[in-house]
Amino acid sequence: MFKKRFLTAVAVILIMTGTLYLLERLLMPKHVSAIVEGSLIEEYYKEEKGHDVIFVGDCEVYESFSPITLWEHYGITSYIRGSAQQLIWQSYYLLEETLKYEKPEVVVFNVLAMQYDQPQKEAYNRMALDGMRMSLSKFKSIRASMIEDEKFIEYLFPLLRYHSRWSELTAEDLRYMFRKGKLFHNGYYMRVDVKPVETVPRGRKLADYQFGKNAYYYLDRMVELCKESDIELVLIKVPSLYPYWYDEWEAQMEDYAQRHGLMYINFLELIEEVGIDFAQDTYDAGLHLNVTGAEKMSVYFGKVLQNTFGLEDRRNEVDLSRAWQQKADFYYRMKEDQYRELEEYGYLKSLGARPPESTAVD
Amino acid sequence: MLFASYGFILFITVLFVVYYLIPRRHQWKLLLGASYLFYYFSGPENLLYIFFTSLSTYMVAVKIDAIQKNQALFLAANSGRLSREERKAYRALVKSQQRKWLLLCLILNFGVLAVTKYTNFTIANINSVLRTVGSGTQLSFWSLALPMGISFYTFQTMSYIIDVYRGKHPAESNFFKLALFTSFFPQLVQGPISRFDDLSKTLYNEHSFDIQNVNRGLQRIMWGFFKKVVLADRILVAVNTIIRNPDIYQGVFVFIGMLFYAYELYADFTGGIDITIGIAQVLGIKVKENFKRPYFSKSTAEYWRRWHITMGTWFKDYLFYPLSVSGPMLKFSKFSRRRFGDGLGKRIPVYVSTILVWFTTGLWHGASWNFIVWGLLNGTVIIVSLECQPLYDWFHSRFHVKHTFGFRLFQVVRTVLLMSAIRMLDCYRDVPLTFRMLGTMFTRFNVSTLTGKALMGLGLGMADYMVLLVGLVALIAVSLLQRDGSVRNKLAVKPAAVRFAVYYVLIISILVLGAYGMGYDSSQFIYNQF
Repeated sequence: MFKKRFLTAVAVILIMTGTLYLLERLLMPKHVSAIVEGSLIEEYYKEEKGHDVIFVGDCEVYESFSPITLWEHYGITSYIRGSAQQLIWQSYYLLEETLKYEKPEVVVFNVLAMQYDQPQKEAYNRMALDGMRMSLSKFKSIRASMIEDEKFIEYLFPLLRYHSRWSELTAEDLRYMFRKGKLFHNGYYMRVDVKPVETVPRGRKLADYQFGKNAYYYLDRMVELCKESDIELVLIKVPSLYPYWYDEWEAQMEDYAQRHGLMYINFLELIEEVGIDFAQDTYDAGLHLNVTGAEKMSVYFGKVLQNTFGLEDRRNEVDLSRAWQQKADFYYRMKEDQYRELEEYGYLKSLGARPPESTAVD
Repeated sequence: MLFASYGFILFITVLFVVYYLIPRRHQWKLLLGASYLFYYFSGPENLLYIFFTSLSTYMVAVKIDAIQKNQALFLAANSGRLSREERKAYRALVKSQQRKWLLLCLILNFGVLAVTKYTNFTIANINSVLRTVGSGTQLSFWSLALPMGISFYTFQTMSYIIDVYRGKHPAESNFFKLALFTSFFPQLVQGPISRFDDLSKTLYNEHSFDIQNVNRGLQRIMWGFFKKVVLADRILVAVNTIIRNPDIYQGVFVFIGMLFYAYELYADFTGGIDITIGIAQVLGIKVKENFKRPYFSKSTAEYWRRWHITMGTWFKDYLFYPLSVSGPMLKFSKFSRRRFGDGLGKRIPVYVSTILVWFTTGLWHGASWNFIVWGLLNGTVIIVSLECQPLYDWFHSRFHVKHTFGFRLFQVVRTVLLMSAIRMLDCYRDVPLTFRMLGTMFTRFNVSTLTGKALMGLGLGMADYMVLLVGLVALIAVSLLQRDGSVRNKLAVKPAAVRFAVYYVLIISILVLGAYGMGYDSSQFIYNQF
């Protein structure tokens, strides 16, 4: 009798847990054909680790560097752990988590995120946090990121957040319930389209140009974390024309880098040297670089990394080369697909072609 | 802390576990601590109010009880020495002493309720009068927050003190036990209004873990959550769209809003009570039922015997009856019979009491003219029904339809529509607007404006309407099943697979279909505000 009851209880719990798991998989946004940026963070876990360089930061990072170019030109392996409007504490905790998987030579952080001292929007939080695997770093990042109405438990059990999607499910939700192909290139989000800069924006006046205490707190922690792990930290500001980068902000970053003995590169001052042409190298009039812009940036920055930190050229490692060749094939295939799509429709209808499952690099 | 919140679910889960792990003699103490913690989350300052009400009620009850015991002792000791007149005079003296203490307690506790709930309403009315007479003076409003559940716990403690005064039961000698009776958290949010002699039978007892009781309680909690978060909070969006835009939504939309609000209020209030009774049942405590399929009522009077039952009986026992037999009312009754004869003359005092009770019921529901008019309309409908009784009798003597299904259905539909129409006073911002909107149901009732597009414009999608329709069918089915006894009893004798399928569907429905979390304006239970 007892055994029967026990088995029944176990079966009920298993069925309930299984159903909830399936429902969660079904109802979570897939970010495959719309707002693909939501898939950036989770792709990292499918990768072979052991990268030389890890980039952390917001959209400016995942649109401004092409790891494939860094590999092809310098034999540097890199990965971008970035997401849309990724806040500095999210970058910090992502880095903390990344260091549990691997120990890069260099970490690169884009300083635009210093402008935010407080959590901003749930949608961006979700893009940065949903894709993270369960870990202490994720929990800490959630706690630091939540806006007023958000609940911690809804991050632990996303079904509680996304349950209302039941009425808007599409075939895509079923198709990608358990598995989806790669959409990015080691965290790089490719866009081949062009929308030239027509007017260079001017920054509106701010009441206060001082970066917040919270932002500095996490920057300090990032510096400390890298120091403890014997990793070089490089601060950069990529050459996006807006959000506007103020002189006052620049002064603070220069001062900070100097005080902490860090390399800081403001690419806005190197636009000509890098060769960025805002008539061709941006897909949204100066907000983000497109693939040509990202490749130029990578060619320039790879040299800096190699010269400054003596990163080795690893193209002679056979297994690594084979793996990166697959990545490059995917990269060029997607590039061709995007150009073809652009020609056919005049815009990127699907926001990036997807590789056949068989050739996906996992 | 809202019932429909993660915090509350965590709170009761921890409580259930700890409750059955600690020594049973400490269970009621744990409940007191949990109740005060629950109340603390609604605002720490509110603890002062509930503590004050508990303390004043306790002290006065103990005093009245002592007076009663002394009286009994005195009379027993002097049984042979006092004449009948002397005993009568002594009893009257003692009764007067008790009455003074009772009055003190009523003034103190109703005073707290009056000050916190009605001060600004009074000021608004005074200001309105001052404006009307052209005075430039305006009184400032007080910034007083209404303590959660104050109407409920004040009524509960007042029923306790009156019952002690009436000698129905002795005073509770342990202050902390009375404090638990006052603050027992599941019913603090929206009732029911328990009586001490009912609740105390199980509130302070030692309860061992009874799997059947716990199961039944959990079933009731789930059913309550289903009604609240899947149905009430979903239809709330459409109701709000209609009532907040009276310039746009008139005529047929007022009718739709009226039906939707009837649905929302039923699902919300009965859902909340299901959760309350379910939690108490898991704890081994029996709380009175507050609803008995009210939408199946065939008259207004019957409706009020089946809707918010504990409130109705409170007003009946502690206001209507005492008022009806009070000195002034008896005098008025004599006058009325002399003036209008034995028929109408007898009924008029009853009607006056009815109107006074319904005026108070309206005022209890909220400090606004909307609620007062709502109460008066309910009283008026009941009186008109009673006055029309001879007409009904004549009709039924001519047409033998009384026991036909069609006529009963007509009575049910009529009662629901009438109650729902009066209840629209809850919704619109003032009384004239409510009547104007109800008027448009007759002057601008154009069904052709009720298109699919217009319905979607109320903030609900097709999927939401489907959920609400299925929910409505489930509510009706459960109500019909309840006519022959408890649905949970019926479920208990079904095979395990059927039982688990029902739980499974309920849990999944709540989790997936529930209108909760980010993106939803999660609402408090409507009765919280009272």
